[in-house]
Amino acid sequence: MAVTVPRPRLNWRERLYLPAIVAGLAITFKHFKNMLLGRTKVTMQYPEQKWDSSLPDHYRGAPALVRDEDGRVRCVACQLCEFICPPRAIKIIPGEIPSADRFAKVEKFPEAFDIDMIRCIFCGMCEEVCPEQAIFLRKDYAITGFTRADMVHHREKLLEIGGVMHGVVLKWNEKK
Amino acid sequence: MDSFFIITSLLKILGILFVVILPMVSYAVYAERRVSAFIQDRLGPNRVGPAGLFQPIADMFKLLLKEDFTPRSANAFYYWLAPCLAVMPAIITIAVVPFGSTLFGVPMVIADVNVGILFVFAIASLGVYGIVIGGWASNSKYPFLGGIRSSAQMLSYELSLGLAVIPVFLVVGNLRLTSVVRYQIEHGWFIAPFVGDWMNPWKWLLAIPMIISFLVFMIAIFAETNRLPFDLPEAEQELAGGYNIEYSSMKFALYFLGEYAAMITGSAVIVTLFLGGWHLPGIPDGSHGWIFGLINIAVFFAKVAALIFIFMWVRWTLPRFRYDQLMRLGWLFFFEIALVNIFLVAAILLYTSRL
Repeated sequence: MAVTVPRPRLNWRERLYLPAIVAGLAITFKHFKNMLLGRTKVTMQYPEQKWDSSLPDHYRGAPALVRDEDGRVRCVACQLCEFICPPRAIKIIPGEIPSADRFAKVEKFPEAFDIDMIRCIFCGMCEEVCPEQAIFLRKDYAITGFTRADMVHHREKLLEIGGVMHGVVLKWNEKK
Repeated sequence: MDSFFIITSLLKILGILFVVILPMVSYAVYAERRVSAFIQDRLGPNRVGPAGLFQPIADMFKLLLKEDFTPRSANAFYYWLAPCLAVMPAIITIAVVPFGSTLFGVPMVIADVNVGILFVFAIASLGVYGIVIGGWASNSKYPFLGGIRSSAQMLSYELSLGLAVIPVFLVVGNLRLTSVVRYQIEHGWFIAPFVGDWMNPWKWLLAIPMIISFLVFMIAIFAETNRLPFDLPEAEQELAGGYNIEYSSMKFALYFLGEYAAMITGSAVIVTLFLGGWHLPGIPDGSHGWIFGLINIAVFFAKVAALIFIFMWVRWTLPRFRYDQLMRLGWLFFFEIALVNIFLVAAILLYTSRL
């Protein structure tokens, strides 16, 4: 059923339309003036100003491999992160640690560890699943490259981003 | 027709076109973007050069390098002609507008013809052909609708445009634009007669219809230059850009050039007719030294720039009128107001002449 919506009756001042125009012009001029005087808070001017200092601790940026205090790559190439990764961005080729090595008991290390940053969705599942506390999401967010190959982070790049992680469980030190 | 006249006229034409109008057009586009941004609490283009001042140059290169595409179904001749027709009248109109007093004894008006304002109307209304022909030649629905709207709008507002200036010429008694400015220097600006015998109450009574005239004329110029709230021919939301949809590259830029050039010449005509032209109280004309001649030119273009700001301010404040509202406003209000205004001014003039 059609409903007739009652139109509001306008008084002569509203019908004149001019007061509304003047009020509107006053509002826009107020915005213009405040902007001109620098009173309006605008968005961050990104490349010059960055929000790095105010990033929260739980920020999920680029995933990275970390070393422990002894300088050992903590990753043992178990490939759990490779399996859990939803977009399948991680590719690991495990290698064997020679028996003469101090950490020979660890047995495996990643010979190659590639994260395709075009595919990565920064979900943090690799960090959660890692039994060795070897992969962490760091605060890097501006990941750029000119080619697709540039966008794949290899092991050295990941270690460079990750750096050394202090205060994590050091279970392999006791099993020497 | 001596050689001195030809050389100075050429210099004036080249100077006004390449030193004033074209840079002013490109920077009007930049100013429009900045003003709209400021009104909407944004920053606008601020990356190219200091405060984004080189943005128009970058835009120009972008537009020049774009593909100049002609649709297969378009009528090629008129399709190419239309953008030129949109720019040309807007730039020609400035020829009769006095943009300064004198500089080294040369009057700062390109052609001081005695049919000044008629010339303005005759040429400025040609601007609609650019839009109508462009809309028709594109052979596409939306441009066609835009062209139709443009012609209807032009018909409705040309009338009140013409009637709104008649009071000015009733008072001045001459169609020459330089004599309009001369009159305002002696008797004060039409909408604010502070010069001369400004204590005379009759002059202030005359200022009331003049202000009405000014408002009607200005609103008609809004419609004439297809600016919001009357930008029905290009209505982005309804017609997706209207008459210029099928245009690309420099032809599209020419339409923009035409719109902004029309805005500048429209402002120049308003300044000449109602705001005292190049006159500012206390500053003598160019016969007292070339520096005053330059200051007069600067005053004129400062007034034009102020009016352009008002154009932008209004554009980013008011929503677009509906088509029937536009027609109603043009035919039922502005036409009548302008008509009554003429009689009002005539009556005041008749009464004051008897005193």
